[in-house]
Amino acid sequence: MQIFIQTLVTGIVTGCLYALIALGYSMVYGVLKLLNFAHGDLYMVGAFIGYFAIQWFGGSTSLIIPVPLLLIFMMIVAGLGVGLLGVAIERFAYRPLRNAPRIAPLITALGVSFILEDSVLLLFGGFTKNYNAPAFLPFSQSIHIDGVNIDSVQLIIVGVSLVMMFGLRELVNRTVFGKSMRAVASDREAAEMLGINVDRTIAMTFFIGSAMAGVAGVMSGLAFGQISNIIGFLAGLKAFTAAVVGGIGSLPGAMIGGLVIGLCESFSSSYISSQYSDLIVFAILIVTMLIRPQGIFGRPPLQKV
Amino acid sequence: MTPIGVDEWVARSGDRRDQSGWRGRLGYLDARVGWWQRLFLVGLAAFVYGQFVVGGNVNYAQTGFNVLLYAILALGLNIVVGWAGLLDLGYIAFFGAGAYGYALFSSHAFGNLPLASGGVMLPAIASIPIAVAGVAILGVLIGLVALRLSGDYFAIVTLFVGQAFAEAANNVAPGTLGGANGLFGLQGFHVGSAAIGSTLGYYWVAVIVLVVLMGLLHLLDSSRTGRAWRAVRDDSLAASAMTIPVNKVKVMAFAFGAVVAALAGTIFAAQQSSVFSTNFSAQTLILIYACLVLGGAGSIGGAVLGGVVVTVAQQLLSSPIDSAYLFYGILVIVLVTRVRPWRYLAAVLAAIVAFGVAAHAIVGAISHRAIAGSPGSAGWFSTALRHYVIVPRGEPLTYGNILYIAAIVMVIVVVQLKGIRRLIAVVPTVYVGICCWEARLTLDPGITAQIMIGAILIVTMAARPEGLLGTRRVEVV
Repeated sequence: MQIFIQTLVTGIVTGCLYALIALGYSMVYGVLKLLNFAHGDLYMVGAFIGYFAIQWFGGSTSLIIPVPLLLIFMMIVAGLGVGLLGVAIERFAYRPLRNAPRIAPLITALGVSFILEDSVLLLFGGFTKNYNAPAFLPFSQSIHIDGVNIDSVQLIIVGVSLVMMFGLRELVNRTVFGKSMRAVASDREAAEMLGINVDRTIAMTFFIGSAMAGVAGVMSGLAFGQISNIIGFLAGLKAFTAAVVGGIGSLPGAMIGGLVIGLCESFSSSYISSQYSDLIVFAILIVTMLIRPQGIFGRPPLQKV
Repeated sequence: MTPIGVDEWVARSGDRRDQSGWRGRLGYLDARVGWWQRLFLVGLAAFVYGQFVVGGNVNYAQTGFNVLLYAILALGLNIVVGWAGLLDLGYIAFFGAGAYGYALFSSHAFGNLPLASGGVMLPAIASIPIAVAGVAILGVLIGLVALRLSGDYFAIVTLFVGQAFAEAANNVAPGTLGGANGLFGLQGFHVGSAAIGSTLGYYWVAVIVLVVLMGLLHLLDSSRTGRAWRAVRDDSLAASAMTIPVNKVKVMAFAFGAVVAALAGTIFAAQQSSVFSTNFSAQTLILIYACLVLGGAGSIGGAVLGGVVVTVAQQLLSSPIDSAYLFYGILVIVLVTRVRPWRYLAAVLAAIVAFGVAAHAIVGAISHRAIAGSPGSAGWFSTALRHYVIVPRGEPLTYGNILYIAAIVMVIVVVQLKGIRRLIAVVPTVYVGICCWEARLTLDPGITAQIMIGAILIVTMAARPEGLLGTRRVEVV
């Protein structure tokens, strides 16, 4: 039972991270119908920004500012930086192709992903960097309930994720921007005719989606410690699985999908085999796609003739 | 973007205009040479390269072999993506399956099975058909399942099939598939009783496969099946109304692509005499896509040309002197073709030279150490650029990194500007680009090559989505 609950906790924590990345995937797919393969790399860039924020403030063992301040600073800087990077990518790589054949932006996204990964490799080298978070967020601060450990980083991840998801839901459902985003997602031409600034809406969507990926990158660095230029690909792929399982284009779907993937991963690695956990995640995706291609919350696409 | 309601003939009116000058003459020549003569020319070029250029140089032979391998892979991908219009992101799995299939039947991999102690060592003439046929069945099965989905969903499922293959090859049955260590010590091809031992030998095998494959694919392209593929690609609903069995035709394209990939995989495995699951990663898939997209999806010649360009560019980028030729060559070509009229071009070139000399002199006057480093290029470039680029001694990496970011930002700014402002902005951008190249990019040729591939994909998609040899498809709404 202890192991079961511990696995559940781990699964929920990783699931929250996947959900944050998946939300960006889903939002971008919703407004542009584009599979943005560079999204996972934005998460990686976020992790690097967080790492350099720690170095900036004296390194993990000799911080010159209080820890809560550092955490807030890291997340804000990573969110803003990665958000702006996402907007720049949309502006220069995807916007010129908005009316091109469907395959063109997809190939461009592969190219952007290549450039991001290798630029980080060029600038910061291929060595694995370590957040060394236990040095300033010690495990002694963790909560022990009946043999189950919940450490502070996990609480932070779940808390921040819930706040961001709730904020996003309110943003999409209650604000003017959210309304225009939903309008662009359902029919871009009609939205344009009704006076919605489509370019700005899409740029904002990229900003929000990328910022969430950036924050997720910082939090994953705190939780797992090691970061390198290639962590984006696999995390992006899993988050993408989450978005698809939940129903791509659907925001609640992305959150639920993230949790499903996180739980599957942690249960399969603690009860079946850690070697096969990735394979199991991919198998879940393939089976989901075949049974219900639109995902749990998605609506089947209408074919226009 | 074609306006709504304009039909294809009207939209293509620009293409039919007669062109004068060398372009027109080239176009006339292009129209006169038939397809089979061109295939002969390709074969002749490959023969000349193998017979006279290689001359015992193993690196040249390896480059030639890689070119052919990527050309074959791009040809196979062209069937699925270019002709049938299916975005297959799991193509790499069939390449890998072919390679592993060959490896299993030509090595000690089955050595621990009771019936075949010492491994199964079939001759290549038997193991290649077994591997290819196995992959063909696999391709049909995956195709049947995956093609229940359409569009993006198909792309997603195939992407995961590709990833699942890499994971499976790495983790399943490590005793037989070798896990992360891969399989090695494979038996090579034999002609009669003589083994093909050298890279050049495999080069000749690949030449024969490529030329035969190009011929077959050309016949296939103009056959009923080929026309059905294109019909399904352009409008599957209309195609099904014309009694084309859409699903059957799609599965066929998928399986044909898989077979070509598997064939390439067997040759690859035999030449390497080993297979590793890392050979079949998403990076390789993107390279194959780069070949196809650059050359032009839908065109046989384009796929082969793309294979040549991408592989040769990668090879050149790995040597300092060749990469310098490539970099400055592309720079000059871009300036000459994009800056018009001639007097502007002359002014820009002169300004670039003057700007650099002036910047070098100013920085040198402030601090001698800031210009004391030597350029990263080898050969006469290094001497020529010594008093032009600013390379400080000591901390080249940090300086180069700053320049790299500066160069990217400046390129983005130049793309956004118009008219005379763009011409003015080009001058410092080119100079910063050259400095960055000399101070940083030549130091890490492998990474530079990857960045260039990414840039090629983005620029091709923005400037010429149909690729070098592809024909522009007008999407009639």
